[in-house]
Amino acid sequence: MPSEPPSPAALAGLSGVSHRYGDVLALDRLDLEVRQGEVLAVLGPNGAGKTTAVSLLLGTLTLQSGTARVFGSAPDAANVRLRRGAMLQVSGVPETLTVAEHLALFRAYYPSPLPTARLLEMAGLRELRDRRFGKLSGGQKQRVMFALALAGDPELVFLDEPTAGLDLDGRRRLWDEIRALKAAGRTAVLTTHYLEEADALADRIAVIHRGRLIAEGSPEDIKSRTAGRVVRCVTTITPETARSFPEAAGVETKGQHLEVVTAEPEAVLRRMFALDPELGDLTVVGVGLEEAFLALTGDGAGSDGEA
Amino acid sequence: MTANTARRGLLWHLRIALLETRFQFLSSLRLPAFAVPTLLFPVFFYLFFAVVFQPGGPSLVAPTYMLATYGVFGVLGPSIFGFGVGLAEERDTGALLLKRTTPMPAGAFLFARVGTAAIFGAVVVAVLFLLAGFAAGVELHRSQWFSLAGIILAAVLPFSAIGLAIGAWAKQQAAVAVVNLVFIGMSLISGLWVPIYMLPNVMQDIAIVFPTFHLGQLALKVIDLDLGGSVWLHLVLLGVQTAVCLAVAAAGFRRFSGR
Repeated sequence: MPSEPPSPAALAGLSGVSHRYGDVLALDRLDLEVRQGEVLAVLGPNGAGKTTAVSLLLGTLTLQSGTARVFGSAPDAANVRLRRGAMLQVSGVPETLTVAEHLALFRAYYPSPLPTARLLEMAGLRELRDRRFGKLSGGQKQRVMFALALAGDPELVFLDEPTAGLDLDGRRRLWDEIRALKAAGRTAVLTTHYLEEADALADRIAVIHRGRLIAEGSPEDIKSRTAGRVVRCVTTITPETARSFPEAAGVETKGQHLEVVTAEPEAVLRRMFALDPELGDLTVVGVGLEEAFLALTGDGAGSDGEA
Repeated sequence: MTANTARRGLLWHLRIALLETRFQFLSSLRLPAFAVPTLLFPVFFYLFFAVVFQPGGPSLVAPTYMLATYGVFGVLGPSIFGFGVGLAEERDTGALLLKRTTPMPAGAFLFARVGTAAIFGAVVVAVLFLLAGFAAGVELHRSQWFSLAGIILAAVLPFSAIGLAIGAWAKQQAAVAVVNLVFIGMSLISGLWVPIYMLPNVMQDIAIVFPTFHLGQLALKVIDLDLGGSVWLHLVLLGVQTAVCLAVAAAGFRRFSGR
């Protein structure tokens, strides 16, 4: 991977950022770069530090060490706020105001906001424009927060777990809108632990685990970085034994099945048949992002052991 | 973009501040838990104690005295509830955090809350004045009416500082309890409900530490019914108390953003 010196196309980024909450180290010398025009997915399990990273890029959290820049300025600079939108993970707005009133207020903050009709359309809120925020369902509220993030027609938008709590239809719609943002030349950073979402939307994925960047690249990159095949079967071989295979990149049990992620499925199969000739219900499939993710973060005793 | 920002300057700030105030007011008005007690409590109390009940027989002293004290009380409610509970709520729901990511100037946010408290306060004062003038028969010089209204409305500022200090620290549920305690406790001890000279001396001594006492006395001074303290002393103590509240609030906000 060609890396490090911040490319001129970098729109925003963290470098060498560590952050502590009391004794807990939430970010550990994290480097993260957001490039012009891309959709960057920051992927990681709960507690990985995704929201902390985003909060530092939004300037809502005070930087403890390292640097954070957005459009070449401090994240909370006035000119940055004008060009950036955000949808926070835990956020609401006053319940007694209507959707249209909230949009009117947020639009007023920006020099060239998107038309109200367009915002309502994008977020699927046309019929709800006169409904009070407090009377909306969880998914509908989420859509309002999305519309508020885009009110100022931002060049860069941060979406912290934007589809959490949305139904399938709402999620698809939001995906379409994120794609439309990208098509319009906007840059988006989204955090998610929906692997499918990162794969479907992102140009680049940054995988964060325990506050560190453990992998970065295109969805294809991330997939190929891990072994490439999943061997799945019902067997008496324990996960511990499977992890000791030098070819195993990651091992998981799913119900009765044992899953081994590997670049050399033939070698793994030879070992497994040698240990358990009776193994059954065998499949060997290409690795999905989910397996790639598990192998990367995934309590990957397997990957730690080798290298 | 930076030049653009500078050019937008004052007019833009003013527009946002007014818009924030409009929506803050609308939002508060639609919240019965806020609007009903803040508008009705002082009016009902005044109606009952000063107009209907009239302690001490039919005289104009009680209705005049209570016009000053219930006026101050009427502004205390919207100020500390709006800031104390409202701010805690916006912090708990994350609305405040979201606003901090937008270009909204922090001043507009504060302006909107002080403005909303002032509008509610002005409505209460107007109703109390009408009741006093027409139902209770209170007679004051025109300058006294204006001075009284001015002092009562100016109370929005020190009272908002108290609310800000509570809202910056307490969680929403706790804020409701703390604000109610402060609201009722300060009003009672400072003589906003019952004339302070009728309270035990100990309470009068304690009252000195509350802004409500000083504002009550300043309002009463307009109609020559105060305890006779110096205006300057009241103002200095009010200033100190407000500064303490603002410092407490600032510390609360710093803790919040460092978290």
